[in-house]
Amino acid sequence: MIQLTNAPQKEKANPAARKVSDLSGRLSRVLRDLRKNSAFIFMSLPGILLVLVFSYLPMPGIIIAFKNFKANLGLWDSAWVGFKNFQFLFATDIAWRITINTVFLNTIFIITSIVGSLCLALLLNEVRIKFLARFYQSAVFFPYFISWVIVGLFGYALLNYDNGLLNMTLDKLGLDRIDWYKSPTLWPAILTITNLWKGAGYWSIVYLAAMMGISPEYYEAAELDGASRWKQIIRITLPLITPLIIINFLLSVGRIFFADFGMFYYVTRDSKLLYPTTDVIDTYVFRALRQLGDFGMAGAAGLYQSVVGFLTIMIANWVVKRIDPEKSIF
Amino acid sequence: MTTYRSFSMYRFSKNLSQWIVNITLMLVSFIFLLPLIVVISASLSDEKALTTQGYSLLPQQFSLAAYEYIFMGPERLVRAYSVTIFVTITGTLLGLLIMSMLAYSLSRQEFKFRKPFSFILIFTMLFSGGLVPTYLLITQVLHLKDNILVLILPYLVIPWFVFILRSFFAGLPQELIEVARVDGASEWRIFFQLVLPLSTPALATVGLFLILVYWNDWWLSLLYINDPNLFPLQYLLYSIMRNAEFLTSNNSTSMLIGVELPTQTLRMAMVVIAMGPIAIAFVALQKYFIRGALIGSLKG
Repeated sequence: MIQLTNAPQKEKANPAARKVSDLSGRLSRVLRDLRKNSAFIFMSLPGILLVLVFSYLPMPGIIIAFKNFKANLGLWDSAWVGFKNFQFLFATDIAWRITINTVFLNTIFIITSIVGSLCLALLLNEVRIKFLARFYQSAVFFPYFISWVIVGLFGYALLNYDNGLLNMTLDKLGLDRIDWYKSPTLWPAILTITNLWKGAGYWSIVYLAAMMGISPEYYEAAELDGASRWKQIIRITLPLITPLIIINFLLSVGRIFFADFGMFYYVTRDSKLLYPTTDVIDTYVFRALRQLGDFGMAGAAGLYQSVVGFLTIMIANWVVKRIDPEKSIF
Repeated sequence: MTTYRSFSMYRFSKNLSQWIVNITLMLVSFIFLLPLIVVISASLSDEKALTTQGYSLLPQQFSLAAYEYIFMGPERLVRAYSVTIFVTITGTLLGLLIMSMLAYSLSRQEFKFRKPFSFILIFTMLFSGGLVPTYLLITQVLHLKDNILVLILPYLVIPWFVFILRSFFAGLPQELIEVARVDGASEWRIFFQLVLPLSTPALATVGLFLILVYWNDWWLSLLYINDPNLFPLQYLLYSIMRNAEFLTSNNSTSMLIGVELPTQTLRMAMVVIAMGPIAIAFVALQKYFIRGALIGSLKG
């Protein structure tokens, strides 16, 4: 393809080009296209420019992972150090810890979220009283609208040592209090519940919509054959929404290397004692950047995430495309 | 319907399963709403009673002290509210305009750069430079630190929303656009006077999600805002979560001196105040959000 933006200039600056009739033909075609498309170009320009600035301009900055970054020298003049940052990162057990935590917790989240929201959707699908159905939907969908900062404060009301709801309840039952924010072993479970609470409503409504899209004829036929409601769920509802479940599963697996920073930062209250089980790649990168000021390490961990994440997304997308091209990202 | 089984047996088993379903869902709903109930109760509690008797489902010694304090209008809170409202309104309107213009051109077959431009958007969903390069760009190159624009610009174009809008525009009756074109209407006129009015459902859905994105954002302020005058609501909440005195550490609140700060109840009342608008919008406009969830999952 010709460089489109340079095309008009070239024509003026270099009259020799006009001699080549083929080239001038192409140029005039490009010009015509530009004129014909000028409205669309101007319409799309602000959006495209914003994406170029905020998503593409940072990309060359990944070289920071290979530099000994000094703020006073700037990115370009800081010394190259090859793979040293990566060597440091992988020499400690940090890289191992954050990778395992990220992948392990995301795996649990994906499974519990699919099972949980599916069960919820099946239950919601059975409700016959409209008013109640609306109430249930609102109640489970509600957490989706709350920011992680607020979820963090919700958590504090339930979990804080001195007067949180859970410890007060343990008191009443005559049991020992638990110092939740200092007990790392409890947190995979707490975060799984939090994740389920926050997202199950959204996903159950997605599944519910798919269930309501199933033709009633299937159920009528099954009823005539004397199939129980339970049998109908197993034999009709679930098989018919399985494609959607698989697609959602694969798309989540594609993002298995990316953690939900807000949950890990606010819900754990960034408690250092919890890092062994809750420190993930995203929180580590943030901490290395903002609290430790170690740009090289932060950059190395970030690039590691971007590259491996890119691969998992590509693989997941490739599989999705083979199953259902409509649902793939591209 | 029930010819094949004894009528009363059938009614009974059907009713029983309905009861089981409803009781289960009642319990689930209660568990989902539990943290909300606890927080609202705490915000309506007396500070001392909350400290000694702890959080519970009902207010400990009903008291409005925390709300009284809030409605005295501490300057920090009023500022944070105005920052959030300004950012949300500006970001949502500007984002809707820019994204729908982009999505519309991408939906038109005649547009020559449709494919490369779509690819530019899609690629950002696969690979990103990551936090560190973005942070350096915004702070060192664009110098947007402590600038209100940094709370707006990065979310103006969200590829996912662009594709939702694009598939909606592509589904509009193309003959209408063709007729308008034959009548001599310019592309701009077609877009603003024909396409946009026809697209209010899609615009409403994406607009509501944008409102949610801006209202709930703490990420950009966590990274790029140090000036307390530019703290949005969510970041103010985070700051008082770490230190409740933060709300008063400001010389212009002298009128509040002498009032003892109800630390714990105040935090919880702040949560309620920050959630309020979103909760009301959510209840009132739920069907749009649900529709959005569906478009998002079905992607055109």
